[in-house]
Amino acid sequence: MQALVIVAHGSHLNPDSAQPTYDHADTIRKTGAFDEVREGFWKEEPHFREVIRTVESDEVFVVPLFISEGYFTEQVIPRELRLEGWDPDLWESDGTDATEVTLEVGDAEKTVHYCGPVGTHDAMTDVIVKRAETVTDDPDVGPGFGLAVVGHGTERNENSAKAIEHHTERIREMDRFDEMRALYMDEEPEVDDVTDYFESEDVVVVPLFVADGFHTQEDIPEDMGLTDDYRTGWDVPGIVDGQRIWYAGAVGTEPLMADVILERAVDAGADVGDALEQVESWTSERPAAGD
Amino acid sequence: MEATGWRVADEVLEAFLETVLETDEDDQPVIDFDGLVAERLADGSTYRLETSTTTVEIEASTVANATERSMDELRQSLEPIGPFVTNWYVWERTVGGRETARRAFLRWCEGAPLDDPKVETVASKTDTSDVLDRYDALESGVVRHWGELQITTRLATEDGGCTGTGTGTGTGAGERVYEIRHVQDADATDETLEDHDDPRDAREIVTYDADGRYRPLKTAPTLVAGWRFAGLSGDDLVETVRTIYPATVANWHREQCGDLDVDHWLETAERQTGIYDVIDELPRETLEWLTEACCVDSQCLKRREWEYAADDPIDTDPGDGVFPCREPCSLVIAAARKWAILESEEEKTWELELTTTEMNQLAEIVDAVADGRVDEIREADVYDGANRYRARYLRAKRMDDGSLGEGATNR
Ligand code: SF4
Repeated sequence: MQALVIVAHGSHLNPDSAQPTYDHADTIRKTGAFDEVREGFWKEEPHFREVIRTVESDEVFVVPLFISEGYFTEQVIPRELRLEGWDPDLWESDGTDATEVTLEVGDAEKTVHYCGPVGTHDAMTDVIVKRAETVTDDPDVGPGFGLAVVGHGTERNENSAKAIEHHTERIREMDRFDEMRALYMDEEPEVDDVTDYFESEDVVVVPLFVADGFHTQEDIPEDMGLTDDYRTGWDVPGIVDGQRIWYAGAVGTEPLMADVILERAVDAGADVGDALEQVESWTSERPAAGD
Repeated sequence: MEATGWRVADEVLEAFLETVLETDEDDQPVIDFDGLVAERLADGSTYRLETSTTTVEIEASTVANATERSMDELRQSLEPIGPFVTNWYVWERTVGGRETARRAFLRWCEGAPLDDPKVETVASKTDTSDVLDRYDALESGVVRHWGELQITTRLATEDGGCTGTGTGTGTGAGERVYEIRHVQDADATDETLEDHDDPRDAREIVTYDADGRYRPLKTAPTLVAGWRFAGLSGDDLVETVRTIYPATVANWHREQCGDLDVDHWLETAERQTGIYDVIDELPRETLEWLTEACCVDSQCLKRREWEYAADDPIDTDPGDGVFPCREPCSLVIAAARKWAILESEEEKTWELELTTTEMNQLAEIVDAVADGRVDEIREADVYDGANRYRARYLRAKRMDDGSLGEGATNR
């Protein structure tokens, strides 16, 4: 028997924070690829601390629904899951390469395949592009458009920027959008000046965040000048300095994210049958969560 | 219970015979479960099926060469022990999962003794080891409480409903069917409750309290009433309970097995990093206040098992909850961070101009907020110190810029 455990941050204050985790877990459940699919949280229940013991399977694939490697993936999650013998060096990563490490846990007789975060997986690049398609409602969006991938910045860890750069570079190589930019909330180049960085009349802005919340629903739209007061909402597209800004909201709400979670588990050796194809076929039809 | 009239369902009969036939001749009972013992007699000619009240003997040749007619005969001979046979089928084939929390919980739900070898006390007062008594109880429904949940277990009937008519036969497969509702709705008629059958619907129910506020602590006693999950299978029951009270079944099961791992305050606090690194500085004596603020029954249905340290218990009443709390939760950790910072402040003496009534009023306001009573105070009840007009008057009279300001001086 194999189980998938998706671990995410969650929130004591905002009930929507966990929604993408539940949505993607439900999608994966529907594929039947795992005997059990569970969610575990830092700020909600079941806590990271207790989630492994709720699983009956001997083999557990743990996928962090986090954007970058850093404090959570390297310290908090392994510690709270009681991963025995954990050391960040086991991932042999310089910030975006973590794939998998197999360890035992201290409180149950289980083998845990601890995967790298979803945010750094190559498949995430496709989710960002997909997000641009979803928000513009155009499967061929690209020519005539600029695309900005927005990250938090270096405030909490340096790898956050690396993940943003990684995907920005990969999309640039696709040669699909006229212009590509990595922008940040806390460092240069800043998302506040989004229109300074693009010449295209249309710019899609995709924040590389797991869930919609304070940053993606309040800060970023106001900082960009899309709205004076987030409570009154904003248009998509909205006009800023004469350019059309297609603000996508958190990429983590895109249904195709379920695919990245599965990819992580597959890279770690999970047998998921045709689940990847199933998820891709479903998510190409469905509107994004939260839209 | 009248055990006659049981028509053992085909799938049960087949599974049962298959298992019995697998008997080798080393004199070991092939089935020894919940009071049903099936064994092959030494000479190999006969199978003996024994319960506390009945013994059925079947010729080995009939079992070995079962034709359609002899199958009917076999079915008839099993009738007197029908409940035992279907009970065996349900636990060994449908539920399975020996030594799992899921199985233990489902057994607890119908008052069956936990059959996990790790469970030391075999039966609690309410547990009924006799299968016939249990089936009798399942006819009318076995009711158990789990936090604010009322869980009722019954035998399923042909139409997917429940028994309760006293026919005693159910589907002949012994299948159980479960219902969950809020304990407050114990006496509500089914039609007045909102019906659900998908465990995931529970997510919506647990997210907000009756006033529409987010519930970050799932075991807070603020679960909204007015709904029921009916016709659930065992797996769906466990899934629903898991959604409403995450990880409670797993920890309760560990406790039943005598291996609940408790992390006391100090261990948990010392493990923290980042912004929670400070909580191990919270003074020992504040733990009484912290647990009184967060972990008592009025705030949380879990029974606190953790102490300050293994040899340093906290005096606060740990609560009466059926499920244990094995370490401080994330909400308590987050609050403790605030208190650790507040407790590092020095105490000062303040001089404040207030009448005696105004001083008492401050206490009433704190009380009302702490007990969550603010919304219940009537608009015109100016006799209550925490009444809004009373509070606004006090603010207008004594406070500047939102603080006790001018009136209070630090000496
Ligand atoms: S720490 Fe206290 S409030 Fe938190 S779950 Fe345990 S008993 Fe409840």
